[in-house]
Amino acid sequence: MTSYNRRNVLKASAALVGASTLGFPAIVSAQAANIKIGHLTPLTGFLGALGAYAQLGIRMAEEEINAAGGVMGRKIEIMSEDSVNPATAATKAQRMLDRDGVNFLMGEINSASALTIMQVAARNKRFYLQIGARSDALRGKNCNRYTFHVDIPSHVMVYAVGKALVRDNMMKGKKFFTLTADYIFGHDLGSAAKQFFAENGGTVIGDELVATDVTEFSPYLLKIRQAKPDIVCSNLAGNQVTNLIKQYAEFGLPYPIVGFNLNTADAWAAGEGNLSGTWPTVWYHTLDVPSSKTFVANFIKKYGKPPENHAWIEYVALYIMAQAMRETKSTDTDKFIAYLEKETQFDILKGRKGYFRSWDHQLIQEAYPFTVRKKGMAKDKWDFLELGKAVPGPNEPLEVLSVTKEHNTCVM
Amino acid sequence: MQLEFLLEQVVNGLVLGGYYLLIALGLSLIFSVGGVINLAHGAFYAIGAYISLEITKYLGFGPAIVLSPVAVAMLGILFERFLLRRFYAADPILSLLVTFGLAMIAEQLIRMIWGASPISVNMPAVFKGSVFLGDFIFSRYRLLLLAVVVVVLVSIWLLLHKASFGRVIRAGIQKPDMVAALGIRLQPYMTAIVMLGVGMAALGGALFAPITIVHPAMGAEVLTVAFVVVVIGGLGSFWGVVLSALLVGVVRGITINFVPAAGEASMYVLMFLVLMFRPRGLLGERIEKFET
Repeated sequence: MTSYNRRNVLKASAALVGASTLGFPAIVSAQAANIKIGHLTPLTGFLGALGAYAQLGIRMAEEEINAAGGVMGRKIEIMSEDSVNPATAATKAQRMLDRDGVNFLMGEINSASALTIMQVAARNKRFYLQIGARSDALRGKNCNRYTFHVDIPSHVMVYAVGKALVRDNMMKGKKFFTLTADYIFGHDLGSAAKQFFAENGGTVIGDELVATDVTEFSPYLLKIRQAKPDIVCSNLAGNQVTNLIKQYAEFGLPYPIVGFNLNTADAWAAGEGNLSGTWPTVWYHTLDVPSSKTFVANFIKKYGKPPENHAWIEYVALYIMAQAMRETKSTDTDKFIAYLEKETQFDILKGRKGYFRSWDHQLIQEAYPFTVRKKGMAKDKWDFLELGKAVPGPNEPLEVLSVTKEHNTCVM
Repeated sequence: MQLEFLLEQVVNGLVLGGYYLLIALGLSLIFSVGGVINLAHGAFYAIGAYISLEITKYLGFGPAIVLSPVAVAMLGILFERFLLRRFYAADPILSLLVTFGLAMIAEQLIRMIWGASPISVNMPAVFKGSVFLGDFIFSRYRLLLLAVVVVVLVSIWLLLHKASFGRVIRAGIQKPDMVAALGIRLQPYMTAIVMLGVGMAALGGALFAPITIVHPAMGAEVLTVAFVVVVIGGLGSFWGVVLSALLVGVVRGITINFVPAAGEASMYVLMFLVLMFRPRGLLGERIEKFET
């Protein structure tokens, strides 16, 4: 009895010693300051639903990275807030840098807000990973040294869909009527679209600017009907696309509708049977790549629904930053810039790896057109989209869709 | 040809105005009788849409647009009895704050229950598509909407002008003290008005859900329009609100026909012009209790 007890005591003390040696570095890392990251994304307004997915994505990456021991023995701490509007976004970014002591900034979907945060980053000479805003101008005439861009720019979306339209004989000699969101992103998308139409033999017979708070489109639909185009084309953003699609289906106008921007959350919200046409995307959860499938399975297990493209992009964006911090062994802005400008390859859960182009800080990657499945083919309410083949094709260089240096006004 | 297009926009604007009316009329009634600007009115519109999508899942579209407003009207009893009633005689800023706070709480509650992602409600297949009257195009669904609005409008008018209920309400708007002196308690009438008002908002939400998307902030979106309609129409006047709602719809349609980018601004310009020349609104009555 006594010996048994003694053995127990020995085992317990051994366990204690073991735990304290193992626990020691853990205590040290808990004492080391967390790596704070300021994250801004719209949670209200016409992009709010996308921002909600963005938060889910970055939170998931944060938990995974921290569960695996963090970065350089330090935990990552994401401070995420609603960016509300461009002015508030800038104020919050400045406050995060000054008062909350964040190491660098990430996030955004709204191009106008991304622009003001970029200005804050440049003024403070601090790193900003601009994740989800797609306006060309951000990586063109408004580019700056401190900002890198993860999402595909508007001209790539135009190419991705435009090429599909050319292939389907829906471009040459066709009359287009476009509806364009009246802010920086819409303007950019609209001008990229016009350029594509001009180069490929399409004509624009009507182009109307639509304020971002429009939810009811019937007067615009009447204008479209009066103009009798061959194809209707949407350059809108956020849930405006959903509203347009639903009301277009409600009126049942005979012209096919396509568009150069549609996030999958907004496509899902339109519901099966309302959506038609060809649209671009940066990623979709049915993508046939093993690493992507693992991410999707884990996301569904955690949140009970598949990830939207903004969840995916925030997830890979944080992993890009984790890799950058590990490789540079720092959270220093200049070291990040130098590291990313080396055109380091990153696994972004796609068939091909991506890299930031050194002279405009744009992540060069594959994009995809998608169409809508025939009715009754969908397994669930998220499954009615059919992902097309990646563009550029497997034998083309990744940069073939991106604007060339001569045509880009970006000067750092 | 141009005239025909314009006429089409006018007719379409009238239909849209009818929908604005559903929401604005309740807001106006609650304001006129209770002296409270109900900033939570949009929340009831959103709740109506969400309840209707739940009912649609089990019972279908028809029962949903009937039962959802009834359910929200019941919520209206609680709202009036436990919250609004305390503020009729108080400083208006208090009721503004309380109803604004309630609107935010409701929006967050919706977010917690149904999530932030927009939800799609499909209209019954029979209503999809358009009908043509001559060269005019009408969405079938919006014709249904118009029919419902007309029925509701006629019912409310009869209730306010041909029933004893309405006589008390109209007297209560103008001279609440006199009504009290006659031994009539206004409180149960006020409960009824709030039920009616938020019920109509819920009906608007349920009817508009298949046209747009159902999302947590939809209430805040519609409240602004409803408020503008009430201000343009003028307080205390049934026809003022009707006229104003239709006018806002038509002006928006015509503006979009000529200057599409200014479509959403048109109603504010209209409000500005009306307030410049008729501060009381188009058909607003002089209400003694509000004139100090």
